[in-house]
Amino acid sequence: MAGGSKEIRAKIGSVTNTKKITKAMEMVAASKMRRAQARMEATKPYVEKVKRVIEHVSGAHPEYKHPYTQTRETVKRVALVVISSDRGLCGGLNSNLFRKALPQLKAWKEQGVEVELALVGNKAKTFFRSYGGNVVAAVSDLGDTPHIEDLVGTIKVVLDKFDAGEIDEVHLASNEFVNTMAQNPNIQQLVPLQSVESDSETYWDYLYEPDAKTALDLLMRRYVESTVFGAVVENAACEQGARMMAMKNATDNAGEMINELKLSYNKARQAAITAELSEIVAGSSAV
Amino acid sequence: MAVTMQVDIVSAEGEIFSGKVEMLFAQAADGEVGVMPHHTQFLSQLKPGTVRVVSGDEEQHFYVNSGIIEIQPSVVTVLADTAVRAADLDEAEAEAAKQRAEEAMANAKSDTDIARAQVELAEAVAQIQTISKLRDRLHKTGLA
Repeated sequence: MAGGSKEIRAKIGSVTNTKKITKAMEMVAASKMRRAQARMEATKPYVEKVKRVIEHVSGAHPEYKHPYTQTRETVKRVALVVISSDRGLCGGLNSNLFRKALPQLKAWKEQGVEVELALVGNKAKTFFRSYGGNVVAAVSDLGDTPHIEDLVGTIKVVLDKFDAGEIDEVHLASNEFVNTMAQNPNIQQLVPLQSVESDSETYWDYLYEPDAKTALDLLMRRYVESTVFGAVVENAACEQGARMMAMKNATDNAGEMINELKLSYNKARQAAITAELSEIVAGSSAV
Repeated sequence: MAVTMQVDIVSAEGEIFSGKVEMLFAQAADGEVGVMPHHTQFLSQLKPGTVRVVSGDEEQHFYVNSGIIEIQPSVVTVLADTAVRAADLDEAEAEAAKQRAEEAMANAKSDTDIARAQVELAEAVAQIQTISKLRDRLHKTGLA
C-alpha cells in the first residue's frame, strides 16, 4: 500500500512541474502577444495606403492595363500561399488553417486545376510533406519579429510564375486575428486583384515616371508583398494568442489533475492507517 | 492660412509621417519633384534620397531608400521600402526560397524523426496514464 501512495506522490510532483512550465509559457506568450499586436497595428497603415493608391489607380483610365488587375478567362493553375507558425503548442491554430485549406485544394483538384504551394513557417512544411503537394517556394524560422526581406524571395517566385503565365491566380491562406482568444482561418484571392472596378466618370490618368509599366508593376508588387507581410505579422499575433490560451487550459487541467491525485493520495494514506489500526485491534483482541 | 495637402509617409513596418503640409520634395525616377497642393495626378518610383516636407517655417526630412510616390490633388502618399531592394538581390532571395522548398520536401528526415519521436512519446504517456488508472482502480476494489 505504501508503494502506491509513493507512486502517486511522485506523479503529483511531475504534474506540478508541468503546471509550472505551462504557466510560465502562458505568461511569456501573453507578453509576446502584446508586442506582436503592436507590430500588427504598425503594419496596417502601409497596407491601407497601398490599397488607397490602387483604388485611385483603378479609378483612373490608364493607357496601360496591368495584368494583376485582369481576371484570366481560363484558370489552369493556381498558387496557394500558406502562412503557418514555426512552433507548435499553440492549440489548433495551424490545424484549423490546414483543415480550411484542404477542401479548397480538393475543389481545385476536382475542377482539374493544378495547385502550386508557397509555404511560410515550419508547420506548413511538415504538414504538406506528409500530405503531399507541389511546393515551389518555402520560408521558415522567421522568429517573433518577421521582416519583409524574409518574404521577398518566396513572393517573387510566385509572382514571376504569374507574370510568365504559368499560374493564373494566387490565393493566400492565413489566420485572421479576431481577438486574443479567437483566430479565424481565412483564404483570400491575392492576384488578380478583386473588386477593382473603375466607375469614375472623369477621364484622367497619371503622369508616370519613368513609365506606366514600371511604376504600376512596382506598385502591384509592393501591394502583394505588403499584404503577405501583413498576414505573416497577423499570424504571429494569432500564434501568441493561441499559445496563451492553450497554455492556460493546460495549466487549469494540471491544477485539476493535481487535486484529483491529492484526493487519491489521501484516500490511499487513510486506507493504510485504517488497515494498520484494524490489524492492531485484531491482534490485541486475540491476546 | 496657407493651402495645405495631406501627406502620408509609410513603410511596411510602421507609419513615418502623417500630416498637413504646404510643400513636399522627393526624388522621383526622372529627377527631383516639388509638389504643392492641387498638383496633377502623378505616380512614380522613388530613388534613394530625402523626402522633405515643408509647412510654414518648419521643414522635416525623411530618408527613403526606394519606394513609390503617388500624388493626388489633395493627398500625397509615399510608400517607402524598409529594406535595400534591388532586382538582383530579389532574384537571389527567390532562388533561396526555391531551394528551401526542395529541401523541405526531399531531405526532411530529421524533422520527421522528431515528429515520430513525439508521437511515440505521446503514446507512451497515454499508456502510462491508462496503467496508473487501472492500478488505482485495482487498489480501490482491493480495499473495498
